[in-house]
Amino acid sequence: MKIAVCIKRVPDSETRVKVANDGRSLDEAGVKFILNPYDEFAVEEALRRKEAAGAGEVAVIAVGTAASQETIRTALAMGADRGVLLQADAVPADGLAVARALAAELQDGGYDLILCGKMAIDDQSYQVGPMLAERLGLPCVTAVTTLSLEGGKGVAEREIEGGVEVVEFPLPAVVTADKGLNEPRYPALKGIMAAKKKPLAVKPFDGGTVGVAVTGMGLPAERQEGRIVGEGAAAVPELVRLLREEAKVL
Amino acid sequence: MSHVLAVVEQRDGALRKVSHEVVTGARRLADALGGEVHALIVAAAPVTGAEALAGFGADRVVTATGDGFARYAPEGMAAIIAERARDGGYRAVVCAATATGKDLAPRVAAKLDVSLAADVTDVGMDGAAVVVTRPVYAGKANLRLSVTAAPAVVSLRPNVFTPVERPRAGTAETIAVSTAAGRVTVREVKAAAAGTLDVAEAPIVVSGGRGLKEPENFKLLEELAAAFGGQAAVGASRAVVDAGWRAHGDQVGQTGKTVSPNLYFAVGVSGAIQHLAGMRTSKVIVAINKDKDAPIFKVADYGIVGDLFEVVPRLTEEIRRVRG
Ligand SMILES: Cc1cc2nc3c(=O)[nH]c(=O)nc-3n(C[C@H](O)[C@H](O)[C@H](O)COP(=O)(O)OP(=O)(O)OC[C@H]3O[C@@H](n4cnc5c(N)ncnc54)[C@H](O)[C@@H]3O)c2cc1C
Ligand SMILES: Nc1ncnc2c1ncn2[C@@H]1O[C@H](COP(=O)(O)O)[C@@H](O)[C@H]1O
Repeated sequence: MKIAVCIKRVPDSETRVKVANDGRSLDEAGVKFILNPYDEFAVEEALRRKEAAGAGEVAVIAVGTAASQETIRTALAMGADRGVLLQADAVPADGLAVARALAAELQDGGYDLILCGKMAIDDQSYQVGPMLAERLGLPCVTAVTTLSLEGGKGVAEREIEGGVEVVEFPLPAVVTADKGLNEPRYPALKGIMAAKKKPLAVKPFDGGTVGVAVTGMGLPAERQEGRIVGEGAAAVPELVRLLREEAKVL
Repeated sequence: MSHVLAVVEQRDGALRKVSHEVVTGARRLADALGGEVHALIVAAAPVTGAEALAGFGADRVVTATGDGFARYAPEGMAAIIAERARDGGYRAVVCAATATGKDLAPRVAAKLDVSLAADVTDVGMDGAAVVVTRPVYAGKANLRLSVTAAPAVVSLRPNVFTPVERPRAGTAETIAVSTAAGRVTVREVKAAAAGTLDVAEAPIVVSGGRGLKEPENFKLLEELAAAFGGQAAVGASRAVVDAGWRAHGDQVGQTGKTVSPNLYFAVGVSGAIQHLAGMRTSKVIVAINKDKDAPIFKVADYGIVGDLFEVVPRLTEEIRRVRG
C-alpha cells in the first residue's frame, strides 16, 4: 500500500492564546507546537495499514514554515518513510489554497490512500481533506471512526447527530480521521534516531489565489465567574430556584 | 447578482430544524445585498417541513429530487448544489456546519474553485465583501475574515443563529434531477436509541467526568437527564470516553463535540481547557464538584461544592418536583 498523510503543525491544545501586535494572528512567543492530534490518528492508521500489508510506503506532507520540518520528523519518528514540506512564509487562512498545493504534490504519486485529520485544531476548518479529494477527483469520506479496506473497496463509519453512518467507497480515496479511529503510538527512541536519516524534501508552496483575508483576531468575552450557591445536597433547592427565577432556563 | 442560496438539510424525508437557522443567516445576507433567498433541498422526494422555510425568509424553495438521495450522498449532492450555485449566479451559498454540512460544504466550494468560511458564528456584509467571524484555537480566539471569492461559501455553526420569523410569499417547486448519487454511498445509518438526543443538539446537557468513579454511576446522570423530560442529553469528558465508559459521540470538548445548550451541567468534571473548549459558549453552566478549586468553577454561572453522589440524586428529585 502506498499511503500519503497530510499533516499540520499546530499550537498545543493547552496554549493560552494571545493576539500578536498585527492584531490578526497568534502571538507565538512561548507557544509549544505539536503535530495536529487528528493527523496523529491519520499517521497511525497509515502505519497500521502498511504493517498489515507487509509492504508499502507512508509519505507525510505538510504545508508550513521551515519549522514544520520538526512536525514531519515527529511523523517520521512514528514510522513514516519520507516527508515533503511545501514551504511557505505563512500558512494561508484559505483551506482551498492549501488543498491546491497538496493536490499538485500528490497528484501523480499513485497513492492507494490519502489520509488527513478531520480538522486542524488551530483553524478548525474541516475542509482541506474534502477539498483535496475534489481537486484529485477522488472519493472522500470525512471524520471516520472506523475504517476497513478490502479488495479495492473501503467501509468506514462516521458519527452524525444522533447516529452513525456506515459509508462505502472505492479506492483510491481520501479519508479524514476522527478521534476513536485508533490509539496513536508514541515515537520510540529508536524511531527518533532513525527519523533523522529519513528523506525530507523541501519544495516551494504555491497555493494560487487566496479567496479569504484575515482582517482581525479577537479574544472572546471572558465568562463572568459565577458564584458558589452552596455546599452539598442542601444547596440544591437554591440552585433550582436560581435556574428558574434568575437564569430562567427551567 | 445579489441572491443567496441557502442549502438546507433533510433526514429521512423531513427537513432538519437547523435549516431554519440557515435560512435566517442567508436572509441576513440577502437583506444587506437587496436580494432574495433561495432554499435548496436535495432529497429522494418532497420533504416535510419545507413549507415552513418561507416563514423564515425564503423567497423560493427548490427541492431537487433524485433516486439516489434518500440518504446522504455527498458526491451527487455537492454536484447539484455547485451546479445551481454557478448557474444561478449567487453571491453567497450558506450551509449548516453540521456533521453533514462539514462534509458537504468544502466539496461544493472546491467544485466552484472558491474558499469556504467554515463554522462561522457571525456573518454580514461590509461594503461589497461578505465578512464572517469564526472561532479558532478551540474557541480561545475569534477570527474575522473577509471573503473575497464569489460566491462566498459559508457554513454556520449550529445553535448560534437564532431563527427569526420573516414571512415571505415564497414559491415552492420540485425539480427532478438525473445526477448520479456518486461513488461514496451510505449503506446504513445506525440510529441511536429512539428518544436519545445528541449532545450537540440537546437544549440541556448533563456531562459527567472521572468524578463518577465507575461507568455504572452514569445512571445517576441518565436519571437527571430523564427528569428534564426528553430535553436533555448525557455528555462526557474525554477521560471517561478514553476509559471506555461512554461512547465517543458523547464526548464534549476540543477533540469531541462543541455544544452550546441553554443549560450545561458539569458533574465531576474538572474543567480542563480542552473540555471548556467544547462547552464555554453554553448559555448557563452549572458545576458540581467536590473540589472548590476545580477550574470548572471559573466558567460556571452556578456551582455546588460537594459530593456528586449526594448532590445529583437530590437535584434529580428537585427537578422532577418543579417540573411536576
Ligand atoms: C489534545 C488533547 C485533546 C483533549 N480533548 C479533550 C476533549 O475534547 N474533552 C475533554 O473533556 N477533555 C479533553 N482532553 C483531556 C483533558 O485535558 C482532561 O484530561 C479531561 O478533560 C479530564 O477529564 P475529567 O474532568 O473527567 O477528569 P479529572 O480531571 O480527573 O476530573 C475529575 C473531577 O471530578 C471531581 N470529583 C471527584 N470525585 C467527585 C465526587 N465524588 N463528587 C464531585 N466531584 C468529584 C474532582 O474534583 C475532579 O475535578 C484533551 C487533552 C488533550 C491533550
Ligand atoms: N498546512 C497543512 N499542511 C498539510 N496538511 C494540512 C494543512 N492544513 C490542513 N491539513 C490537513 O487537512 C486536515 C483538516 O484541516 P483543516 O481543514 O485546516 O481543519 C488536517 O487535519 C490535515 O490533515
